[in-house]
Amino acid sequence: MTDVRPRIRLPRSASAGDSITVKTLISHDMESGQRRNSNGDIIPRQIVNRFTCEYAGVLVIDMELHGAISANPYIEFEAVVPASGDFVFTWYDDNGEVYTATESFTVS
Amino acid sequence: MMQHLNAGRLVTMAAAGLALMGGVALADPDPTAELVIEGELHLTTRAPSNPAITPNLPTLYSGWLFRDPTTREMQMDDFENPGLLAVEAGAAAWATPEGTGGQSCADCHGDPESMEGLRAVLPRVNEHGQLWSMENYINNCRTERMGAEALGWNSREMREMTALISFQSRGMPVNVAIDGPAAPFWEQGREMYYTRFGQLEMSCATCHEESAGQYIRSDHLSQGQINGFPTYRLKDQAIVGIHGRFVGCIRDTRAETFRAGSDEFRALELYVASRGNGLSVEGVSVRH
Repeated sequence: MTDVRPRIRLPRSASAGDSITVKTLISHDMESGQRRNSNGDIIPRQIVNRFTCEYAGVLVIDMELHGAISANPYIEFEAVVPASGDFVFTWYDDNGEVYTATESFTVS
Repeated sequence: MMQHLNAGRLVTMAAAGLALMGGVALADPDPTAELVIEGELHLTTRAPSNPAITPNLPTLYSGWLFRDPTTREMQMDDFENPGLLAVEAGAAAWATPEGTGGQSCADCHGDPESMEGLRAVLPRVNEHGQLWSMENYINNCRTERMGAEALGWNSREMREMTALISFQSRGMPVNVAIDGPAAPFWEQGREMYYTRFGQLEMSCATCHEESAGQYIRSDHLSQGQINGFPTYRLKDQAIVGIHGRFVGCIRDTRAETFRAGSDEFRALELYVASRGNGLSVEGVSVRH
């Protein structure tokens, strides 16, 4: 399993009340549970099954991911930023692990 | 007549096109597409062909030009390019001490930026007269100077390290030497390139010279350049190395393939790299 690393990209600046594009990427094998190894045994499923984003404590997006999503899932969405605050991104792994990333954002 | 062709008409047009042009029929890639990374770094994806190396190619084209627009876009954004994840993983490994010496790559080499220029000139002949690929240099450092184990040629760790090092030469023109001590290896590589292998009796040239621009099943054949390697292949959802690709190609002809890291593949790598002299190293590219 590759090391799991999240990456975030936010615009450099925005005004209060703007809708900004948030880009996220996480390195994750997203093993679907359909592949077999060289012995013919099924490689067990292990995917990120849920992704959430909160901004200044308010939920922006809550996504369910299923087995057909490719490795290294790239998730892009719009978020309205009424004031400066912190983005908190959370990815939930099938195996119970939780990966998070935080980015502060300042509105002008 | 080069209209913008769609895949449906390509099959019928390709045969006529090939006959008309009497050479490499370059259908479908957008003739105006420019590879600009993050809106700033322009990469050379079209270069003049050197008649001493590629007499049968009128112009050199990077594999980038042959991919779908969405695939091409992924490479232009360093955030969306999944190959950059491997570069990051390679950077972490670069800074990690390993082996009996307890040293990391950084202890001797400083920042990864010190590797600038290397990808563009490899493979090359070392001071002992051996033709070495990047993987040879990496393993030599590990076993002779770090007291660490060699990495498997196609292992994930090796691919991440070659991704990191190749990335440092992004934008520089490929410039491998083919004269002097490199000449006999280059000749060996050239002979392999034109040798038909396997049950299907296909050579590299069959697809990448005679048929570049056409489709084999659903694959849009490029010129088989390696200026973009190691590349993130969407099909594999992983970084693919040069010899890994050679293994795949020869296996696809239904042949017993040479090993990754073998003398034969290193000679072939030199020859194929030289066919792209002048194109930009793409660091880690994105391909289908």
